[in-house]
Formats: sequence, C-alpha cells, structure tokens
Amino acid sequence: MNNFNHYYDSETTRQVISVIVINEHNVLSRIVGLFSARGYNIDSLTVAPMTGSKYSRMTIVTTGSKRVIDQIVKQLNKLIPVLKVNEHQNVIEKETVLIKIPIEQPLSDIEVIARAYNGHIQNVTHDAIVISATDAPSRIANFTNIMNKYKPLEVVKSGVVAMER
Amino acid sequence: MRITGAKMVTESLKEEGVDVVFGYPGGAIMNVYDEIYKQSFFQHILTRHEQAAIHAAEGFAKSTGKVGVAIVTSGPGFTNAVTGLADAYMDSVPMVVISGQVPTTIIGTDGFQEIDAVGISRPCTKHNYLVNDIKDLPRIIKEAFHIAATGRPGPVHIDIPKDITAEVANFEYPKEVDIPTYKPTVNYNKRQLKKAMGAIAKSKKPLLYVGGGAILANCAYEIREFAKMTNIPVVETLMARGVMGDDNELFMGMLGMHGEFAANMAAHDTDCIISLGARFDDRVTGRLDEFAKKAKVIHVDVDPTSIGKLVDTNYPIVGDLKVTVEGMIEAAKDMQFNEYTNWVSLLRDYKEKEPLRYQDSDSVIKPQWAIERVGQILGENAIISTDVGQHQMWTAQFYPFSFPRQWNTSGGLGTMGFGLPGAMGVARGNPDKVSINFTGDGSILMNIQELMTCVEYNLPVINIILNNNYLGMVRQWQTLFYENRLSETDLSAQPDFKKLVEAFGGVGYRVSTKKEFEEALKDAVEKKKPAMIDVIVARDEIVLPMVPNGHALNEMTLLGDSNE
Repeated sequence: MNNFNHYYDSETTRQVISVIVINEHNVLSRIVGLFSARGYNIDSLTVAPMTGSKYSRMTIVTTGSKRVIDQIVKQLNKLIPVLKVNEHQNVIEKETVLIKIPIEQPLSDIEVIARAYNGHIQNVTHDAIVISATDAPSRIANFTNIMNKYKPLEVVKSGVVAMER
Repeated sequence: MRITGAKMVTESLKEEGVDVVFGYPGGAIMNVYDEIYKQSFFQHILTRHEQAAIHAAEGFAKSTGKVGVAIVTSGPGFTNAVTGLADAYMDSVPMVVISGQVPTTIIGTDGFQEIDAVGISRPCTKHNYLVNDIKDLPRIIKEAFHIAATGRPGPVHIDIPKDITAEVANFEYPKEVDIPTYKPTVNYNKRQLKKAMGAIAKSKKPLLYVGGGAILANCAYEIREFAKMTNIPVVETLMARGVMGDDNELFMGMLGMHGEFAANMAAHDTDCIISLGARFDDRVTGRLDEFAKKAKVIHVDVDPTSIGKLVDTNYPIVGDLKVTVEGMIEAAKDMQFNEYTNWVSLLRDYKEKEPLRYQDSDSVIKPQWAIERVGQILGENAIISTDVGQHQMWTAQFYPFSFPRQWNTSGGLGTMGFGLPGAMGVARGNPDKVSINFTGDGSILMNIQELMTCVEYNLPVINIILNNNYLGMVRQWQTLFYENRLSETDLSAQPDFKKLVEAFGGVGYRVSTKKEFEEALKDAVEKKKPAMIDVIVARDEIVLPMVPNGHALNEMTLLGDSNE
C-alpha cells in the first residue's frame, strides 16, 4: 500500500452510526440492502420517525476496519433519501430488554437484581412475571446472562439507541 | 390541465426534450403505449427484447451524452431489463427506465405478471421509485431525469402501477427539482487542489490516470490541454478510450490486465498518480498492494465512495471533473513544474520497443488485423461498439480512437449481448457516423433478434463477427490456467451468419481472406443497410499483453513470452 499515514489499519472496531433519512417506503430496505450487498455487518439497527418532521432516525451499530467504516458512511451518504450520516465517537448508548420469568422463581431475588440494573417488574400474571431494564448494551448483556439462571420463558432485546454526550 | 397518468408520462418526456424512446409494450404499460401512439414529438423504437431496449438506450446515451430512455412492461418485461439496468449502473450511464406494474389493488397478491420490480432494481440503479399516487408522478419523472444526469450519472427506474396510468389528475410539470437529501458536489475544495498541485509540481514521474468519468464529465479536451501544458504523460482505462486521441504524444496507452507495456510500466513506476474519474478497478490495478506503490495518490472523483475504496489517497478531491480539471489548468498557469522530459521519453521508448503487436499472417485473417484495417479505412468516421470478450480487448487495443464518445462498450458489468443493441442506439443518435459493432461468435447470438429492429428502423449497424468458433476469452483462460481443458467453450456448432442476417432482411458476408474482408466492409458502408460480416479468423489467437490474476502490472505476459 501507499505509505499514507496508516490511516487505514485492518483492526476491527465497533462503530455507532446514526442516519437521518426521508421517511418514505423502501428506505429501510435500501439501507439494509446496501449492508448485505457490500458485505458489511449490522450488529443492531433501530429506527423511528423523528417527531414533527418528514425524517426518521436510524441508529446502526456495525463493526469493521477503518476502511470499511469509512466506506459505510460514504455509501450511506450516497443513497438519495439519506440526509445526514453521523459517526459517533462519544455516545450514550441505551438498550432495553424484556424478560419473562416463570412465577415459581424467587421473585424477591429477581427484583433486587433487576433494580441493580435500573430494571423493574412490569407485569405479573398467574404464571409469569415480566421484567424490563434499560441500560448500556454491555450492562444489559450482563443482566440477561444473570437472568438466565431463572429459566426465562422469553427474552426480547431492542436495538441500540445512541446520542452524543 | 387534467390528464391521465399515461399522458403525464408522454407529456413529461416531451418536457424533458426526449426525442427517442426504446421499449416493448405489454399489459401493465398499455395505457402509456396508447398515449405513445397518439403523440408525435418522440420516436418509439420497438426492440425485440427488453434487455436490448435498455442497451440501445445506453448506446444512445453514451454516444450523445443525453439521457437514454426505455419503457417496458411489468413482470418478465421488467426482469428482462435488469441486465441492462445493471450494465448502465456499473458504467454510470444516465438513463431513465419506466416499467409498468400491476394495479395498486393487486400489488402483493402475486398477480399476473407481478414482480417486486423496485426490490429487484434497488441494487442495480442509482435510485428507483414505485409510484403510489398520481399526484407524485410529474415530480418523480422530473427528479428521475435530474438524478440520472447529475453527480455520478446512473440509471433511475420508475415503476408505475396500471391504475395510476389510468387515473386522471391535474398536470403541471415542475420547473425545479428540490431534493433536500441529494446535493452532488460540483465545486472542489480549493485548498485541497492547491496542495495536490504542489505535490504534482514536486514529483519527478507524475502520471494522469484517466477513467470513464472523463467521458461522462465531457472534459477530454481539458485533460488534453492540462497534459500538454504540464507535459505529464497519460494512460487511459478501458472506459476512457478516446479521451486523449491515440496519436497524442503524451498518450501512453490503455493500462490494466490487457494494457500495453508502456502504460502498465508507467503506472508501476510513477511517483505521483493523478486519478481523474477512474476508480482503481481490479482489472486496472492487478495486484493492488503493488499498484503504483511508489506514488503519492491524487484522486479526483465526483463520487466520494470511489475515493479510498481500494487505494489510500493522499489528496482526495471531490468535485465535478470538468470543473476540477479547469481549476487545475488555471492553477498550473502560474506554477513551476519539474521537467518531465526524461520520464516522457522513457515511456515513449517503451512504447516503441514494446508496442501492441501481433503476428500477422497472409493465410488467415488475424482478428487484430481486421480491427486495425477498419481503423485505417473508417478512422474517426465510425463510432465503435463491442460485445464482451477477446474481440472487445483487441478493439480497445488496436482501434485508433481519436475523440471522446467514439467508444461504446460494456466495461463494468461485461455484458455479452451488449454490442448489437448498443450499436443500434449509437446509429440512432449519430446518423452522420458509421456504427460498427465488433462482436464475437459467442456474444452475437445473445441479442441476435435485434437485427430485426435494425432492419425495421433502418439503423445501419455493421456487425463484424471475429469468428474463431470459440468462446474465446474463456477459452484463453482455460488454455493458460486450466491445462487446456476446454470445458464448454467450443462453438463449432453455429448458424450460417450470412444467411441468418439475410433472413432478417439485412446484408450478409462471409469472408476468410483480407481482400474479401476489405471488399465486404466497403460494400457494407456504401449500402447503408444493417449488415453482418462473418470474419473467419485465426482460431487460437490470444489477447496479449496479459497481467495474470494476482500479479502486479509489471509482471505482464508479452507476445513472444507465450508458447502459442
């Protein structure tokens, strides 16, 4: 390679990207199609309309070498309905998990652990309780791991939402 | 005025100044065809296959610089067009393709001739639309033409459900386009250009590496001027043939897998490579980590994704190529450059010692000879199209190109079957030039039905089949890399091409001597009719030089190195 200040090394990094897009049909498939066609990773993708505008915000978590991340940002920018792409450096990331646990499990233990992870019980029926927690993705991963002890019936995770500090 | 969606389509095309449309009717697009029947401001050319409609629109667009237009129906009509769309996308051809779609009430029910057209065209178009509301139709067509022709050009696909073409609404064609999310960069960054120019001035062996973008941006003559004033040598990619004109002293040839020695050595030895509208394609660079590895890289492109995609760039410059090259000329006026005389004469030396050449023969026609001969006879009076394969590479090597848009080939996608319909589009757009299609005995059969279109509309395309009874390029690789196991590449079973073209109503020739060839060509040019010259050529000729896969550009196989 041309010895250009080694900007591109092949080390893989995790990158949070937010994409502001015109809120029209087909736009999500354009983005997802771009990633699959060019062999980029999507670790997580969340999307919701931005209030009071015709735009939506997508938050995409991806991994790749610097060159790949660079291409992802440029290729996203190239799509016609994309208004803006941000590569976030310093972000608050949040993820939500919902876990359904059989009612026979020790509820008080569960509640204590949930509270340690900013979570709480959301719902109780005769046969199960549902707890939820919202926190940084790594903490949510820990929480989910711990909860595996209590024989969860179902675990549902949201993708990541992020905002620069 | 209140008109149907179908009439909106024809009215919009009129507003855009379209004078020819290539297409094929069918159920879902019939309302539009009814309006085509009623109007007289553009010509509709009925191809005999939808793929050919797109290729013809490409040939028209590439040779004239206008936006090509094609219209097809839903389902199979659209799927036949996909290869054409992909071809136009890879070569950045400005095009608008309109397809019919089943009515909105049927969409999603697997209706007759229904396919998710926008789903299919998404990865092979610059942008696409499914029209959901007739009120959007004029705006969408306006946007489509704008998107197709600006920034890095490309095909735009519009899918229109049948009920929308039947509906009636108020029509007013927009004057302006306002897409807040689409603002292609035109003006380069002045500071960045200044830095890049400084690097050029300090370098000892600079090289202009020019790609198809130079044709698309209409800046061939500016590049010639810049090269002349700075005395920097130039190499062209396959898509850029014709930018410099082959007799230019600073032109060192086409580079890449089948590039000439001087051009490839220039790219290997340069200490400052200036990429103008090129994208470091794998067929150009050979082994990437060896490509121009001593060089500072200046990369000018209108499309930022091309920059840094494959090669690290020291001086990225995003902007319209014509505007940027004009800026380079301006900047060069008050700058002192190094003397590049030694560098240029070294490359000229390479060109003399190791020119593109072949072993001519008197007993059999060599394909390269046929191409050179057409070049000597027709020269700048012809626009040259090709199909894909050995004949394409030989044409790029041996035809003496002299102006931009004289060369019409399928580069990025490499589509066999492009040549005949492509040359048809060229003939329609350039009645004052001879439209030649160099083709192979494999490629020609992929869209042979278009002879009928040529005859019906009197598009005098002269097809020159360099017939070696082989699927030649694949056969070449089998010979070189597969121990000569010729799996499925022997095309000895073939039609009588002379009779075939006559059956369509064209003029046919079968030649096997040089004299016969010259007479046939002369006759075909004089007759001004669609023609096919079946040229029986040396069977085992291979395309040289060749940079084998995974090798660097300076590791070429040259004529005389091979065992052939």
